[in-house]
Amino acid sequence: MSDARFMPVLAGHAAASDTPAPATPKNVPYHGGPVNPSAEALQARFGDAIHRVDIVWGETTVIVERSRVNEIVRWLHDDAGQRYDYCSDITAVEFRDFERPIEVVWHLRSLPYRRFIRLKCLLPKGQPLAVPSVFDVYRGADWFERECYDMFGIRFDGHPDLRRLLMWEQYKEGFPLRKDFPLRGRFSRSEQLRQILSQNPEAKYSMEELSVLEAFDELPQDMQQRLGKGERVGE
Amino acid sequence: MATTKRTVEVELSTTGLDAQGRPQRVPLVTDAAGNLVPVTASPAVEPDLEGDHMLINLGPQHPATHGVLRLVLELDGETVVRCIPHIGYLHCGFEKTGEYRQYNQIIPYTDREDYLNSPGNNVAFALGAERLFGIEITERCKVLRVIAAEMSRIISHCVWLGTFCMDIGAVTPFLWIFQQRERVYTMLENWVGARLTTTVTRVGGMAADIPDGWAEDLANFVRTFPKVLGECETMLTKNAIWVGRTVGLGAMSAEEAVNYGLSGPLVRASGVAYDVRKDFPYLDYETYDFDVPVGQAGDVYDRYLVRVEEMKQSVRILDQALRRLPDGPVNVADHRVILPPKHKATSDMESMIHHFKQVMEGPRPPIGEAYVAVESPKGEKGYYMVSDGTAKPVRWRIRPPSFVNLSAIPKMVEGHLLSDVVTINASIDIVMGEIDR
Repeated sequence: MSDARFMPVLAGHAAASDTPAPATPKNVPYHGGPVNPSAEALQARFGDAIHRVDIVWGETTVIVERSRVNEIVRWLHDDAGQRYDYCSDITAVEFRDFERPIEVVWHLRSLPYRRFIRLKCLLPKGQPLAVPSVFDVYRGADWFERECYDMFGIRFDGHPDLRRLLMWEQYKEGFPLRKDFPLRGRFSRSEQLRQILSQNPEAKYSMEELSVLEAFDELPQDMQQRLGKGERVGE
Repeated sequence: MATTKRTVEVELSTTGLDAQGRPQRVPLVTDAAGNLVPVTASPAVEPDLEGDHMLINLGPQHPATHGVLRLVLELDGETVVRCIPHIGYLHCGFEKTGEYRQYNQIIPYTDREDYLNSPGNNVAFALGAERLFGIEITERCKVLRVIAAEMSRIISHCVWLGTFCMDIGAVTPFLWIFQQRERVYTMLENWVGARLTTTVTRVGGMAADIPDGWAEDLANFVRTFPKVLGECETMLTKNAIWVGRTVGLGAMSAEEAVNYGLSGPLVRASGVAYDVRKDFPYLDYETYDFDVPVGQAGDVYDRYLVRVEEMKQSVRILDQALRRLPDGPVNVADHRVILPPKHKATSDMESMIHHFKQVMEGPRPPIGEAYVAVESPKGEKGYYMVSDGTAKPVRWRIRPPSFVNLSAIPKMVEGHLLSDVVTINASIDIVMGEIDR
């Protein structure tokens, strides 16, 4: 260990020297206010793929074209003038108005420039819910995308392991955070209880885990398929 | 002498000196002829696995997983080749329930997600809701919230230090540090009446002002707590067993830590000075004088050092907050969110309307959205709220820091021993209530 050469990575180290020190936002306006410079850079770089730029409560929101999300995020991550190296959050919003499209939201931070930006893309109803994954840019996006898939049923194309995360793999009721999902669930209490009691969560291994056991490969094809559908001994 | 019971006498005897000059002691046994001979190592009778890997299921009911976490480990001998975490055993659907609750009614839910940091979560949620309502809170409220947040940082780190010691096998610091935690809980009880689930904030203010004499209690705590912390440090920091069990485990480089989205003490132990209080300040944290401890190697030992130093910095902030605590109202005078005084409701038409609207409909923010992040003891805790103009949020999202920190555990435990998985898992400081929500 070379103590003499160790330098911590300081947030804000890439910002210009005349940038004011960060301060608590005061009297934040409802709309308007200073815009994040990255939004203009995005418009200059991607043109039509940037649908709209909003500033709500001081936070810059950029609505982007669905098919180019990965490209845009990768550019924000790699470009020397942006360096959005930290993925704060990925989630989705469905509105009570059923006509309104579902929004997928990315909250990104640029630690070197101390910037915060919100990217959004709109998924109209009646179309397959899918957006490109940003897993290859941020490893931290792994569980965010899995959770978003689990809760909303939005597929993240390119995610290597898009499985349910919080609900169990054989969960049959659908996607809990969708607005058409009732607060108490779709099934009756007795049916929910029956399904839960028929699960043995401690005796269950995913296909990936089972694949280390050599015996798995020697199983007959139909048994492998039944295991793949979640059937376990004792159920 | 006919007996079926076979006894073997075991004694310890000195056969010589080792390299350091200490007497070597080996057990002696009696052989068939009745002579005392040193024990020779018996040949290994372990089953020969021939390089086959083994699946081990750690949890979900295991005290060292700090809740209902299940880790499926693929082992080569005792070395972890692959780790697959399973979460969701404590999933309660807080986010779904929040869509059916008014803003003030959601605050009790924030107590119960990261239950070691209840006041800090209350503060974070109230800040987010106030951004959504467009409210500026009073100066006294700001300082009280800083006090609440820093107290909860101390108790959360106290629990972490105590349970981490227990996981490694040291019980004494657990008892010392939990005594101090109890003092903070007693202060919280005197303030809001509850110990664990505090619900200390409201949108636009606090549940209650601090009672008379409470500030002296806190000043007393600020004066005496560093001494106990120093005793724990004396016991642990240069302890050979402690160092041997923690150094070099679960190391993450600075680039990896940022890319995996780690936050809080984990990312700072890796050498990245990212602290929401410094870089995206809230509650006037930029006017407090405190340091951000940064580690170097990103291993478990550095995380321990960073957390202990953070407790000391929290004590500094508490000290400054006590000195500057201004007089004045705690709650805002905005009657969209805070009820007018009761006597005015029966005498003043305007106040009665506010009472009626708030009680019957609840406070209604304008259409909009806000993401407000604070530095919780575990890292960047964010609340994302979307309003469609009604009294209940369309979406209430928790950005849980330990959820993201835990998602990096396969990377951290890879190549380490099975016994070190427990240490690394404890060093992440997970709270399953927050991860599963």
